Amino acid sequence: MAVRTEPFVLNMGPVHPSTHGVFRMRVTLDGEVVVDIEPVFGYLHRGIEKLAEQRTYTGVIPLTDRLDYISSMSNNLAYCLAAEKLAGIKVPERAEYIRVIMSELQRVAALLIAVGAFLNDCGAYFTPFLYMFRERERIVDLFEMASGQRLTYNYMRVGGVSQDLPEEFMPALRKFMDMMPRFMDEYDQLLMQNEILLARAKGVGILSKEQAINCSISGPVLRASGVKWDIRQADPYSIYDRFDFDIPTQTTGDCYDRYRQRVEETRQSLRIIRQAMEQLPSGPVRAEVPHLVRPPVGEAYAHIEAPKGELGFYLVSDNSIAPYRCHIRPPSLINLTALRDMVRGWKIADLIIIFGSIDITVGEIDR
Amino acid sequence: MTVALSGKEVASKIEEKFSGSVVESTPENLVVKSDQLLDVARFLKETGGLDFDYLNFVTAVDYYDHFEVAYLLSSLEHNHSLMVKARCYDRENPALPSVTGLWQGADFQEREIYDLFGINFEGHPSMKRIFLWDGFEGHPLRKDYI
Repeated sequence: MAVRTEPFVLNMGPVHPSTHGVFRMRVTLDGEVVVDIEPVFGYLHRGIEKLAEQRTYTGVIPLTDRLDYISSMSNNLAYCLAAEKLAGIKVPERAEYIRVIMSELQRVAALLIAVGAFLNDCGAYFTPFLYMFRERERIVDLFEMASGQRLTYNYMRVGGVSQDLPEEFMPALRKFMDMMPRFMDEYDQLLMQNEILLARAKGVGILSKEQAINCSISGPVLRASGVKWDIRQADPYSIYDRFDFDIPTQTTGDCYDRYRQRVEETRQSLRIIRQAMEQLPSGPVRAEVPHLVRPPVGEAYAHIEAPKGELGFYLVSDNSIAPYRCHIRPPSLINLTALRDMVRGWKIADLIIIFGSIDITVGEIDR
Repeated sequence: MTVALSGKEVASKIEEKFSGSVVESTPENLVVKSDQLLDVARFLKETGGLDFDYLNFVTAVDYYDHFEVAYLLSSLEHNHSLMVKARCYDRENPALPSVTGLWQGADFQEREIYDLFGINFEGHPSMKRIFLWDGFEGHPLRKDYI
């Protein structure tokens, strides 16, 4: 007698350790094989775009901290760039350098989390994650020195940064920069040729170059598929055109490549920080900006290469003290577009790591 | 540096093929007729020299008497970009053709616009709310929603 089979619908999330927040997937399974998935969003929707319409231009900055809450500095930067473009404000040199140092440190911290969480999903439960957190802690300490906060920094301002670096910052940063490459080597030694990681991640969840472009994928996920596209070089913002760094790319676009991509990008970020530390000039850290910024009627879009991809702010001004419209281009949400095609035909255990390798933050998806 | 193509120059190229499809063009952007949006979008994607293969983002803005939907297109090959806009004057049942067939990246973003502005994208594979629940009344990012 033939065994009767039927597709099985499994509800994963919103509260599930592998969903990195409150994200839900409705997964249709044929035995252990994924037939289809439907992502369900909105569990963390706070209406940030609507809230921004009732705040002053400076008042929006704390809201941006709460988008991708593990890379608040990058969010601050993207928003400030858009507001400055709209209002035509020029940022002092020293502030530009501080911004670059901060956003590259943030990239290192966020990519460490991404790699750690990905290994968590692979089954190396919390050991690599805690290794990564050991170094992230140093970066968070640095941010605390500068801004007084450890997660939602609210450090940058329209026209510069809120305050100059304290005296003890540069020595601490130098110390961090000396030890970080050794830790990177240590991770590589533990992970790069790890048999379990290779078996789990190599060849799994391949995203082709063509599809990555068609799905508007950005950031490390796009570059892991072999597209050499980094906004820091393609459309340099702030002072990125002054630094010498490479854009690493991979070839296959599988989970392992996405992991390698993040590790290699971390090394490039350290290169940028080192150059910025050498060139850091003295001077003011904030332009003369009125208390209430009132940009002329118009619109501006500014985008940056955030740790997860292209983070952009599209601001429309009606010459009042609050943005008429503030749209956020979220890399996390758009990078999930291809997820459905990436996981079909793989087993449910692979679904977890494919999803983990995209690296999302729900705060940014739902906004 | 990404070159922002002049809306006026691209508009003249579009007009050669689809005359009367461009409503307005400025150096920063161009506005196309909503019923010809899909043709123009395909033209921008598939014409050599333009090759807009990457859709940076889609969003909408409510100007009380009309909605403006903005598409920022880029070409990774030529490293240039262009902002294309379309307008909807109907507040009751605003609709636009979906560009998901050309750029799959518009999928979630069009659903977001539908959810928060109530603009219906015809031809989208699953046009339903994305962040708010199904029974939710109204579209919060509209200016008349408190």
